[in-house]
Amino acid sequence: MSKVDPLFETCLRLGDTALVLGQRLAEWSSKAPTVELDIALSNHALDMIGQAQLFLEYAGRVEGKGRDEDALAYHRQDFEFRNAMIAELPKGDFACTMVRQLLFATYASMFYERMTASTDADLAAIAGKAEKEMAYHARHAGEWVVRLGDGTEESHQRAQDAVNLLWPYAHELFQTDVVDQAMIETGVLPDAAAFKGEWLGEIEAVLKRATLSLPEDDWMPSGGRSGQHTEHLAYLLAEMQVLPRAYPDAKW
Amino acid sequence: MVIQTASHRTERARAVWDVLHQVMDPEIPVISVVDLGIVREVHDEAGALEVIVTPTYTGCPATKQIEFDIRQALDKAGFEDADMQISLSPAWTTDWITQQGREQLKAFGIAPPEGKTGKRALFAGDANVACPRCASRDTEQISEFGSTACKSLWRCRTCREPFDYFKCI
Repeated sequence: MSKVDPLFETCLRLGDTALVLGQRLAEWSSKAPTVELDIALSNHALDMIGQAQLFLEYAGRVEGKGRDEDALAYHRQDFEFRNAMIAELPKGDFACTMVRQLLFATYASMFYERMTASTDADLAAIAGKAEKEMAYHARHAGEWVVRLGDGTEESHQRAQDAVNLLWPYAHELFQTDVVDQAMIETGVLPDAAAFKGEWLGEIEAVLKRATLSLPEDDWMPSGGRSGQHTEHLAYLLAEMQVLPRAYPDAKW
Repeated sequence: MVIQTASHRTERARAVWDVLHQVMDPEIPVISVVDLGIVREVHDEAGALEVIVTPTYTGCPATKQIEFDIRQALDKAGFEDADMQISLSPAWTTDWITQQGREQLKAFGIAPPEGKTGKRALFAGDANVACPRCASRDTEQISEFGSTACKSLWRCRTCREPFDYFKCI
């Protein structure tokens, strides 16, 4: 592995996770169960893509090779993406999307809340904006997970299936490697492991109200944040990148 | 809540504020970018003009349009030399919407944000918002997301009208 700049790598991880999740949420546009949810999920997607734009723009500045946020978003291959795998899994049914939003947004709002104290002024500023948006997402998702879990027999079963499917992937959000360690030591990133207990408490409280339960901890896949992904990411990128790949100089 | 320093109070800085007061939000054309709290500072130091603006939501599609409109208004008023800077920190909050801005929102049929922004809380929805038409508090939220990311959708049980509420963030 060639020598990586931990700050550049960190910006990609934050930006790619936001971008890929934003793309998944955008897949609900015109297809959500109700028009209100269609608008809500499209707004969520916009928030994520807005955050991705800020992180990737900064990544380009850190790298210093003239790549802007569009170059990074549209002209990298799947193995160059650094998103957590939970973001790239297919959107599934509405329950699956809402459970993922609950797990991720609750984590992200806690992470960004702490990242506002980052020693890196750019990341602290982005966190200040993202924190507020993620708190809204977490609340919206929590309310829906309760409605679905404590709803009909079918909605309960679908929500429980979603929890069982997604739970193993949530752990990657709290794992740290050498890149994270370097950033935590210099105060650039908060240590996610330090608030995992608090996060778990909030998730369990929502699931209890939703009459849902967590599966036993079993396998915990990881690797997305260092470029090893599920097969789903390449298909997502093929769709997201098709226009700039076909017409590299296209402008709106 | 805009910070007033000596460099804000020159003749030219005041003239720039006047120009910016005429730049309306593209989505809600009754409220100016100043009353929305998007224009943070205007400096006039050693002959150099600097305008500092901040985006609302990170993904707000109106952001580029707002920056374009501000630039165009400055150029048209003869402030081509004014430098426009985008600043993310401190993050924009609805607390920065001026009293006049709140009145303008209400007159337009949008309930202005109520109270101060709070900390993250699950299941802590907004208390019943006052209807911008009849002022009744017998209202209910229909959807947490309305026509834009910054608004939620409500209904008044008294006058039966649906309305947008500008969310506190």
